[in-house]
Amino acid sequence: MFDNLTGRLSQVIRELRGQARLTEDNIAAALREVRMALLEADVALPVVRDFIEHVRLRSLGEEIKTSLSPGQVLIRNVRDELIALMGAANVTLNLNTPPPAVILMAGLQGAGKTTTVAKLGNWLKQQHHKKVMTVSCDVYRPAAIEQLRLLAHANGLEFFSSSANQAPVDIVTAALGQARKQFMDVLIVDSAGRLHIDADMMAEIRQLHDILQPSDTLFIVDSMQGQDAVNSAQAFATALPLTGVILTKTDGDARGGAALSVRQVTGKPIIFMGMGEKVDALVPFHPERVASRILGMGDVLSLIEVVEQKTDLQQAEKLAKKIKKGSGFDLVDFREQLRQMQNMGGLNSLLDKLPGMGQIPAAAMNQVNDRELIKLGAMIDSMTERERRFPDVINGSRKKRIATGSGTQVQDINRLLKQFKQMQKMMKRMSKKGGLANMMRGLSGNLPRGYRP
Amino acid sequence: MFGLNKNSTTEENQTGMLARLRQGLAKTRSKLFSGIESLIGTKRAIDPALLEEIEARLLMADIGVAATARIIEALSSAMRRHELNDMDQLLDTLKARMVELLEPVTRPLLIPDDTAKPFVILVIGVNGSGKTTTIGKMTSYFQDQGHSVLLAAGDTFRAAAIEQIQHWGETTRVPVIAQQSGADSAAVIFDALQSARAHAIDLVIADTAGRLHNKNNLMQELSKIRRIITKFDPSLPVEVLLVLDAGTGQNALSQAQQFNEVINITGLVLTKLDGTARGGVVFSIAHTLNIPIRFIGVGEKLQDLRPFQAEDFVTALLDIRE
Repeated sequence: MFDNLTGRLSQVIRELRGQARLTEDNIAAALREVRMALLEADVALPVVRDFIEHVRLRSLGEEIKTSLSPGQVLIRNVRDELIALMGAANVTLNLNTPPPAVILMAGLQGAGKTTTVAKLGNWLKQQHHKKVMTVSCDVYRPAAIEQLRLLAHANGLEFFSSSANQAPVDIVTAALGQARKQFMDVLIVDSAGRLHIDADMMAEIRQLHDILQPSDTLFIVDSMQGQDAVNSAQAFATALPLTGVILTKTDGDARGGAALSVRQVTGKPIIFMGMGEKVDALVPFHPERVASRILGMGDVLSLIEVVEQKTDLQQAEKLAKKIKKGSGFDLVDFREQLRQMQNMGGLNSLLDKLPGMGQIPAAAMNQVNDRELIKLGAMIDSMTERERRFPDVINGSRKKRIATGSGTQVQDINRLLKQFKQMQKMMKRMSKKGGLANMMRGLSGNLPRGYRP
Repeated sequence: MFGLNKNSTTEENQTGMLARLRQGLAKTRSKLFSGIESLIGTKRAIDPALLEEIEARLLMADIGVAATARIIEALSSAMRRHELNDMDQLLDTLKARMVELLEPVTRPLLIPDDTAKPFVILVIGVNGSGKTTTIGKMTSYFQDQGHSVLLAAGDTFRAAAIEQIQHWGETTRVPVIAQQSGADSAAVIFDALQSARAHAIDLVIADTAGRLHNKNNLMQELSKIRRIITKFDPSLPVEVLLVLDAGTGQNALSQAQQFNEVINITGLVLTKLDGTARGGVVFSIAHTLNIPIRFIGVGEKLQDLRPFQAEDFVTALLDIRE
């Protein structure tokens, strides 16, 4: 989501690379670029001004150490300021209250509140083993309550029934009572989307807040929001004692400047980011990682987290043992790896998190797609068990059969077998003593400068 | 006052609509251009610092770096030619420049009488931009013009999306063609076209699931829907309407570009203009893609949909009294 900002800043910094030292002049030029980049990224103007001023003062007043180039000093300052702006800590919800802990969701229309309620409920249930009840007091938008009911049922969350002819105040009062009676750990309250300038509606949500006394009041923000994000965030923060922010739709290609604006204006931490339409697509927000990503350093930490979460540990151990024993890596194992890769959201989402990806033109990125992976999977699926275990038996007529079965060409099968042979060779090397260390040494030469694994 | 809806056939409650537009935009105006108005009021000298002030206001309206630069450049060159002697001239130039940028995309959506029936409006956009609500409003708008309407519940993905559009069908008393959740969206729309033809209905408005424009597979689904419509009858007139949230920042341009690549957009709707969001990004879209802006949404009520008018849009934004 922050790709374009990354690209812009990378260029600024490249231009600075040739400079002998930081002067008022060349800082000004670079900072103008930073300003433009931030504005294009939809960071609100007042926030941009603040930011630029901080970086400028800091850079000018600083003596440049001989070990750092002027460009590096500026990058470091921009990065430090970005982190400072987005908050330093990895904050989570206030669940340590007498149950039920109440979470109230607020935001503009179409920000993604209802979807986020389902995601958050699922997260609490999966990660914290909480008993979660959800309730909707959106009596205005047609079928809003029905939407939450369907989502709650699909994800095994309790749902407190409400109807569009009830008053929101009555709904939440009843829901709170029911949550207590059923010994729920958490009650998540979905509210109607409202404009921050709608006085009646803002009064209503204040009233809901008074009744619920939530342990968390979360402001839901669309990451595609423009300059107006400061206005709405300001108004919601004034009306309600917000405790945190959830940024939605970050799987789009928006530059996400709204994140910076909202954080600055409300002073509240961004707790989660919504990263897709599926119910598990909610990830904790890490300011340092996002700041690094803006600067083109990649989001390696998130990548590691995804890999850890989604890989099947047992499968991985089985494979490791097998390779150690020296018995060959076969197509069944290869198929398993392909499956796991797809589980992690496919190639694109993995590549997205790697350092330096900002500099790769979008057109080239588009060529990397998961179609190739799916094709490989189909080819292996079209093989017999024997062919998968012993790929050497695959002859011309078998190739023809596999190609027909998987809707591919014989050339594709040849390519797959060649790739597989290479992988097998690599695996063999790994199984030798010290093999892995050797391989890593070979790899690190390809990593971008400044990044140490 | 300003001639809103000159081309619209809904002559009745003209003043009511005007008032609503003004009212809706008033909030936008007061927040955004109160700054400019106060600048004007203070009788400041017209100098580069003032231009910078105006530039800041334009940027904060989401007009974007490039489009703002074009407007400011026009102003400052006029200043160099000593054409801007007082605030009125400055405002006139500013307004003229902005209207000029939007004039080419001010083309209302008219349903022709002499083409094959039904006329199809395919409504697309990212999640939460206001597609289904806009469909409800458009239904009422075209009913007022005397057209018979049928709705297609093409959003088969999001929970309760079908119920939501069925609700609008009940409110406006038009038939809704729907299948179960998870059904093929293209199939639903094909059904709707068949039904509309059988009942000689003028207009089919088809909903689609919200999708982010960078999701390749979901975009492919859209082009399939478009193909199916052509397959049903290649001579059908089709309006592909992209719904944009006025609160969206510069990403709206990317949305418009990528949707346009996959499925030729023929019109835009700008929603949620009743907040403080300014929708200034339409200036970049107009400049880059030249797609007509058909409607603006200015509230949650059925009648809160207006044909877009460049002159009025800018005038109301700048709050210049005539």
